This record gives sequence, structure tokens and C-alpha cells, in this order.
Amino acid sequence: MSAAPLIAVNNVTVTYPNGHTAISDISFDLRAGTICGLVGVNGSGKSTLFKAIMGFVRPARGGIRLDGMDVRQALKSNLVAYVPQSEEVDWNFPVLVEDVVMMGRYGHMNMLRIPSAEDRRKVDEALARVGMSEYRKRQIGELSGGQKKRVFLARALAQEGKIILLDEPFTGVDVKTEAAIIDLMRQLRDEGCLMLVSTHNLGSVPDFCDEVVLINRILLAAGPMQTTFTEGNLARAFGGMLRHIRLEGGALHDDADPRRVTVITDDERPLVFYGQSEEQKIVAGNGAKEGRGEK
Amino acid sequence: MIELLLEPFSYDYMLRAIWVSALVGGACAFLSSYLMLKGWSLMGDALAHAVVPGVALAYLLSLPYAAGAFAAGILAALGMTFIRQQTKLREDTVIGLVFTTFFALGLLIVSINPTAVNVQTIILGNILAISDSDVVQVVIITVVSLGLLILKWKDLMVVFFDEGHARSIGLPVTGLKILFFTLLSACTVAALQTVGACLVIAMVVTPGATAYLLTDRFGRLVILSVTISVVTCALGAYISYFLDGATGGVIVTLHTLAFLAAFLAAPRHGLLAARRRTRLNAAAGGQG
Repeated sequence: MSAAPLIAVNNVTVTYPNGHTAISDISFDLRAGTICGLVGVNGSGKSTLFKAIMGFVRPARGGIRLDGMDVRQALKSNLVAYVPQSEEVDWNFPVLVEDVVMMGRYGHMNMLRIPSAEDRRKVDEALARVGMSEYRKRQIGELSGGQKKRVFLARALAQEGKIILLDEPFTGVDVKTEAAIIDLMRQLRDEGCLMLVSTHNLGSVPDFCDEVVLINRILLAAGPMQTTFTEGNLARAFGGMLRHIRLEGGALHDDADPRRVTVITDDERPLVFYGQSEEQKIVAGNGAKEGRGEK
Repeated sequence: MIELLLEPFSYDYMLRAIWVSALVGGACAFLSSYLMLKGWSLMGDALAHAVVPGVALAYLLSLPYAAGAFAAGILAALGMTFIRQQTKLREDTVIGLVFTTFFALGLLIVSINPTAVNVQTIILGNILAISDSDVVQVVIITVVSLGLLILKWKDLMVVFFDEGHARSIGLPVTGLKILFFTLLSACTVAALQTVGACLVIAMVVTPGATAYLLTDRFGRLVILSVTISVVTCALGAYISYFLDGATGGVIVTLHTLAFLAAFLAAPRHGLLAARRRTRLNAAAGGQG
């Protein structure tokens, strides 16, 4: 294991010029070869934390070190790649797919940003790896939601950063692309990258994350998936923001079995089946007890 | 006939008007490629009006007009930023508020001291009567701007396209933005002389918009935009000799004609191409 953690966030507090404190006293360490979910409601400070890691905002207190360097140094040495949310991108911008991926190489080029043969090769590789080679001459606005996402993943690959920040990568993406993105993240993890993935898509977090960081202005919990992504911690992270459905007793069993099923969901009401294959019964219907957040 | 067509070239002031217009047009067109992509087009208009009091004061105190204009431009930009931060007013409101204030102040100064500078020169421009010292200022501004843009065009493109990524590769985002707006104010000031405060907006918007319809790659967009603008500005100054009309008016009219041509006939984004595609699709649908 390397000595210094790749991301070391130490007592970070960020206050905006208008006096609003977005996050306070957040600390956690992340090491290479990890996929970490950054989970919290809207306004919990996920994007502020991203901004702090990329030097957009300067912490009022505390500090962030990336692979033992301060943020500015780390960015200069191309340590961090950023995959933006789809809403943040101007899809009408006159750039082709290959132009966007080439932007990932800019940090490796000289001042005039003239690509070398190696830069071109890395772009080809990155495009091939996300399966977008045949779309390289398309203007980015002409792509589907999943393809758009893959272009920016390819840019992160071409940049060869050891830390990859992904902002809500599954929003507006079909199930097939979601699986492909998760697969790619696992490969990158095995190659020693650290991915920090902000998401409010709770259901998929256990599928691909090794660690989670739960925040809501303050750090609620951070650590390995198994011990951290618990019902109790989630209830604290989401408060009254989630539908919290518990199925037990008569809704589930015909006997006195004390076991229960808990379903937590952020917007839609879930449909939950339970029982033997042929005669499943719908259990999350009217009979289920439903509460908002309370344990 | 040929003699008549060559007549403008026999006058020094016409020659000078033609090449100065072309130079200013090139620099403004380069900037317009960025400006129109961000929805910041009106910033160009705002700056052009906001520099008027600076120009008026500079003439009054016989300072270089570029210095006065520049100071006023910076002051206006700072004013807008300050009001934006302190209130919840929308950006267009703040721009409208600040630039009209500055423009009014400028008109006031000029009208109180009518000898200092002709109002018409500021508002409509007067490239035909540009003085030697003004030519020097315009040349310095545009050559330095074009040089910096050629050095930094890719970095600026990344900043305009994706600020997050620009930061992640270690680009000085704030510095580059300041550079861009400094160049924009400087070129706006240079363009005041050619087309005047009212029409500067056309110089920093139209060429970029025309080129946007012609290509999907930013590098080509810049080349097209600059080429179109250099040609229209030079041609506009030349034609204005025969029409005996305001040079600014002729130049901007030509810009608009270029835009209309692209709007109609651009290979992919033009009106005719869209019609053709619709027809082809309909035909394909009919057969299938």
C-alpha cells in the first residue's frame, strides 16, 4: 500500500462569500484501488466537496491533500480527472467527440497544446475502450444520453488521472450504459485508480462501491460499504427526504416470523414482491406500513 | 471603370481605413467566437457603451483615449460584478442598469464640453478621419490581442467549454477569464473608432454566429469567423467610399449579409440543407 492516501480530507469547512457554510469539519481518507460513493441529499454539500477537491473553492478551515501534494500541485501534475454532470455541459458547443477526448491530453502537452503521436494514440485507445470509436467525428450534441456520458469517461481515461471524480454518472443513462460504466470503473479500480462517485441513486451504491462517504453538511459516516451503508446511517443522511417502507408481520408472513423487509427509495414508490415464484404477492401496496424517514 | 474602382486606393486615408478596419474586424471576430457560445454577447454591447465616458474624459484631459476607455470598462465590469454579488438581480438587469448609466454619463460629459470630442464620432465611429496617434493605439491593441489569442486559444476554449475540466488539468481559469475580458474591452475600444459604440456589438457577435452555422469544430469556427470579418470589414470600408455613407453602417450590413448567406445555404445547419433533409426523409419514409 502506498504511504499517503490519494485523497486526504482533513477537517474541511467551506464557507461561501455570502456567508453560507456549505460543509463543516469533514474528514476522511481514501486510498488507491477504491470506488467510493459520495452519498447525500441535494444541498448536502456533495458538489461543494468536489469543488474543494478541485480547488474551485478554498476551505475556510482545514485542508485537502491529494497524494501528499496540495491541490494546486496535484492538478498541475494531472492527478485528477473530472467527469461532469450532463446538465453542466453545453451540448451545442462546436466540438467533435474526438476533440473533447483530446482535451484530456492538454495537461500533458506543451504551451501551444499541439498533440503528439502519443496523445493521438491515447485518444484512440480511450475511445476504443468506451466503445465510441465510430462516433469520433460526431458533434457531441448528436449523441444519445449514454454515449454522451461515455465521451467524458473517455476524456478521463485519456487524461490518465489516478483520481477520477464522477458527478452523478448515472443520471439520464440507460441500464445498459450504467452496467458498462460500472464495469469500466471496476477495471480502473483494479488498475489502481481511485474513483469518488457522487450519487443519490441509493439502489446502485452497494453494486459498485467499496466504500461510502455519507454527508449532510457534516460528515455522517465514512468507511467500508458493509459497515457504513446501514439503515441507521442512511436514515440520518436523508432524514425526511426518503420514502422508507417497512414490511413485516401480517403483510409478509402468515406466522409469527419476526423478520422484516425494509425498502428505502428516494422518489418513486417501489413495487416489492415477496414469496414463492408463482404466487408472489405484492407487499408494498396498501397494507404496508409507510413512514417518512423515521426509524 | 477600373479607374473608378481603384480610385479609393489613391487616397491615403482610404487605404488606412481599409486595413485598420480589417485588423479590428479580425481581432473582434476572434473574440466573438467565444463570446456567442457563452450567452455573453450582450457583454460586448455593455462594454462598448460603458467605455464612452472614459473616452470623453480622456479627450477632455488629452490623455490617450484607449486608457480612459479601458479604465471606464474595468470600472463598469467591477460595478456589474459587485451588484451581482450583493443582490439577487438577474444578469441582464444588472448589465442594462450599469451600461446605460455609464453611457448617459458619457453623453452628459460630451454635451457639457462640446469641443472635446464629437458625439457622433463616439456613437457612429469615424474611421475615415482617424488620427495618426489613434491608429497607433488601435494597431497596438489589435496586434497584441491577436497574438495572445493565437497563443492561448485552446486554453480559452477549454475554459469556455468545461471549467471543471480546465481546473482539473491545472489551467489558471480565473486568470484566463480576466485575460479574455481584458482583451474584449480593449478590442471594443479599438472598434469604437471603426463602427462606433452602437454597432460594436455586431463586430463581436455576428462573425462568430455566421461561422457557427458553417462548422462543428471550434478551430475552424475561429478561422472562418476571422476570415469573414476581415473581408467584410475591408470591403465595407472600401464600399463606403462610393456610397459616401457611414463606414460602420456599411460594414455591419455586410456582416449581416454574410450571416444571411450562411443561414440560408450552410451545408449542414442552413435552412436549405434542413429542407433537403426533410424532403429526403419524407421520400425515404414514402418508399419504406
